[in-house]
Amino acid sequence: MKKELLKFLLFSVLMLLVPLALHGSYLMNVLVFVGIHTMLAVALNLLLGYAGQISLGHAGFFGLGAYLSAILTTTFGFNPWLVMPLAAVVVGLIAFLVGFPILKLKGHYLAMATLGLGVIIYIIINETVDYTGGPSGLSGIPNLAVGTFVFNSDIRNYYLIWTAALAVILLAVNLTNSRVGRALRAIHDSEVAARVMGVNARLLKVQIFALSAIVSALAGSLYAHTMTFVSPASFGFNFSVELLTMVVIGGLGSIYGSFLGAALLTLLPEFLRSAQDFDIIIYGGVLMLMVMFMPGGLVRGVPELLKKMLGNRGGVGNA
Amino acid sequence: MPFDQLLQYALSGLSTGAIYALIGIGFSIIYNSTGIINFAQGEFVMLGGMLTLFYINLLKLPLWAAIPASVLTATAAGLLFERLAIRPLRKPTPINMVIITIGGSIFIRGLSMLLWGKDTHSLPPFSGEEPIAIAGATILPQHLWILGITLVIIAANKYFFYHTISGIAMRACSYNGRAAGLVGIDVRRMVLFSFMISSAMGAMAGIIVAPLTMTSYDVGVMLGLKGFCAAIIGGMSSGAATVVGGLVLGILESLGAGLISSGYKDAISFIILLLILFIRPQGLFGKAESERV
Amino acid sequence: MLEVSAITQIFGGVTALDDVSFAIAKGDITGVIGPNGAGKTTLFNIISGIYSQTSGRVMLEGQNVSGLPPERLAPRGMVRTFQNIELFGGMTVLENVLVGMHTRCSSGFLACALKMPWSVREEARIRREALRWLEFTGISELSDVTSANLSFGKGRLLEIARALAMEPKIILMDEPAAGLNSQETIRLTRLIQSIREMGITVVLVEHDMELVMDICDRIVVLNLGRKLAEGTPREIQDKKEVIAAYLGEDS
Repeated sequence: MKKELLKFLLFSVLMLLVPLALHGSYLMNVLVFVGIHTMLAVALNLLLGYAGQISLGHAGFFGLGAYLSAILTTTFGFNPWLVMPLAAVVVGLIAFLVGFPILKLKGHYLAMATLGLGVIIYIIINETVDYTGGPSGLSGIPNLAVGTFVFNSDIRNYYLIWTAALAVILLAVNLTNSRVGRALRAIHDSEVAARVMGVNARLLKVQIFALSAIVSALAGSLYAHTMTFVSPASFGFNFSVELLTMVVIGGLGSIYGSFLGAALLTLLPEFLRSAQDFDIIIYGGVLMLMVMFMPGGLVRGVPELLKKMLGNRGGVGNA
Repeated sequence: MPFDQLLQYALSGLSTGAIYALIGIGFSIIYNSTGIINFAQGEFVMLGGMLTLFYINLLKLPLWAAIPASVLTATAAGLLFERLAIRPLRKPTPINMVIITIGGSIFIRGLSMLLWGKDTHSLPPFSGEEPIAIAGATILPQHLWILGITLVIIAANKYFFYHTISGIAMRACSYNGRAAGLVGIDVRRMVLFSFMISSAMGAMAGIIVAPLTMTSYDVGVMLGLKGFCAAIIGGMSSGAATVVGGLVLGILESLGAGLISSGYKDAISFIILLLILFIRPQGLFGKAESERV
Repeated sequence: MLEVSAITQIFGGVTALDDVSFAIAKGDITGVIGPNGAGKTTLFNIISGIYSQTSGRVMLEGQNVSGLPPERLAPRGMVRTFQNIELFGGMTVLENVLVGMHTRCSSGFLACALKMPWSVREEARIRREALRWLEFTGISELSDVTSANLSFGKGRLLEIARALAMEPKIILMDEPAAGLNSQETIRLTRLIQSIREMGITVVLVEHDMELVMDICDRIVVLNLGRKLAEGTPREIQDKKEVIAAYLGEDS
């Protein structure tokens, strides 16, 4: 337990110090995205890595959060701070209600159903042009502000987003090392045994689905306010797949792994700019290779690999 | 709404429905022999159209030669996919399978984009563009081609599964893979066959629909999902039920697009998909017993 | 304690259980025996709420619990183990036992995520207690091992420790001795007896006749889905129809 806290503190200090090194660089803006993606990947990981339930519709919840914030603050002039929890609650409620029928499904069927849900949300966002602006999107979303302090620069946004992301990480780490987290993993490993131990598997799955949607919606609201512009293209099926890739690359069931996956998948395209058309093929290839050769993700696979390599060298040395 | 307009929607729905049926059967064949929902199924549909274009435009093949060539190429791609991505998997849990077939689908899509670009292309219709009038509605010759070819493929499919040794062996695997293995059927080979057959069928669907709807590297996603929806309505059957599922879906979609709004056309199929999964996961015609969820 | 009456279970036209009734007294060890296909595991699945029966009734401490799912039977004090042990393979031995205490603690999503003080205290308490259950079953030195890496015999002990951590009133054990060597079986026998001494009612499905005759107070014999006989071990041993059913299988 103490070790977890230490790990978190180290990680936080590191993340909060990063701007000292990169201040003024365009990378700050990219790191804001890393923060948003980390929240989303952690949210999906709680569902997929811990409870073992897949979702290919999380981009939809992210989009709903973003658009609720965008519409309510621009068209209706609500206070952004007020809208954010409201949007989260609304999205959580939707996920909770849809969760009951959807999480009765398993495996491939669950994947298809959540995919369908995501696509429906996407289509609704795309088609309700009067509210959402349709394919061309909505602009002029206000930045968040505390009094006269407006979060309108990269560095301010960085601290805003990373405060939220670190909070999400801390809560997720706490949750997974607790009664609830153990019950989730128990469902993943043997649903029938978990139920015999008194775990209400059905309800718990729906709850974690809703929680995951709430965190995604919050990330969506923050996204809307930091970018000040939203368009449907950011919330399609492809983004759901991208989130899935982050979680799988980092490691299912590892919170810091989700950060690693989010960071890699957000930073890599920046460095591969010249090869931009290759990114989709790389995602596909990486997804397949990871499942085949490193099913535990980077956080478990790399240490294992190192151990094996070092072990082998030691073996040769001894011989 | 006047009758002839309704008929018009129904007729055009019928031909897209036939396409969905073909794709759906492809899903079912793989599902029945392996328990995998192949998320890459739609990409083989895309490959059918794009490969035919490639053979016509770049290799200057005539249409009649380009079609079998591209079906063969897509089949080979299906074979490679099974060999390189599906078979080596050490822990074939459903989630791993979902992830790997999604990975495969993105990979194929990305590769096609690199090879052939992001443009939308159209394939020439098989025989002219002169509309044919039927009871106040009109259809294109390509619609007839689609319906005819779909019928032939489904009949061939039926013949294969019920009257050839390989087909019967594949059915045996789908009922009980272990027992089939014990009586000497090479189950892995049958799995390979199922991937080859469904990629061939998917490619064929992609070819016959391309003259009507245009094709590009990313058409596979939607077509694949619609095909899956047809298969779900049909209870993952690889026969008549999925055909009916496809046709129903095609007609509903076309009516919905005409009566409500074309923008929501795609939403209709997904709402149907969710409703069926929630209420009758065994399909509209299946018995409640089958454990599919 | 537990009373099943007129349980019938039909799977797609096949009658797996036909009008089975019996009652189990508090504090007894009851064995359910019978040849393969007699319906023993089906009966367990019904009593523990995993299947719901075609007809018939299950009463637990005088209350009708027919059709209740396992997660609602757990708070009423019923727990079971499985023939092919169902551990939470990705979790450590200790964590497995902690899941067994799920119904006995109350921290919800918020309390867990925010590490509320009472939730932290609860966690410390159940960890101490979980270790005691591991000591009780003799596997405390394995507490940090991932449970998927346990041997079959140790896995069986963990499953029992996990079940006991729930502080059940009644424990159903599906073939606890299956796959154990003779030494492990002796330890298991002692363990079952000490479970009874704690006042927990035990019901066993078991093939190991020596074990059954040795420790059971009463025995219910099933054959082809029907109850063939019921009585003390001595009574059962003398019944001709029981011998016939077994010889029919063994020969």
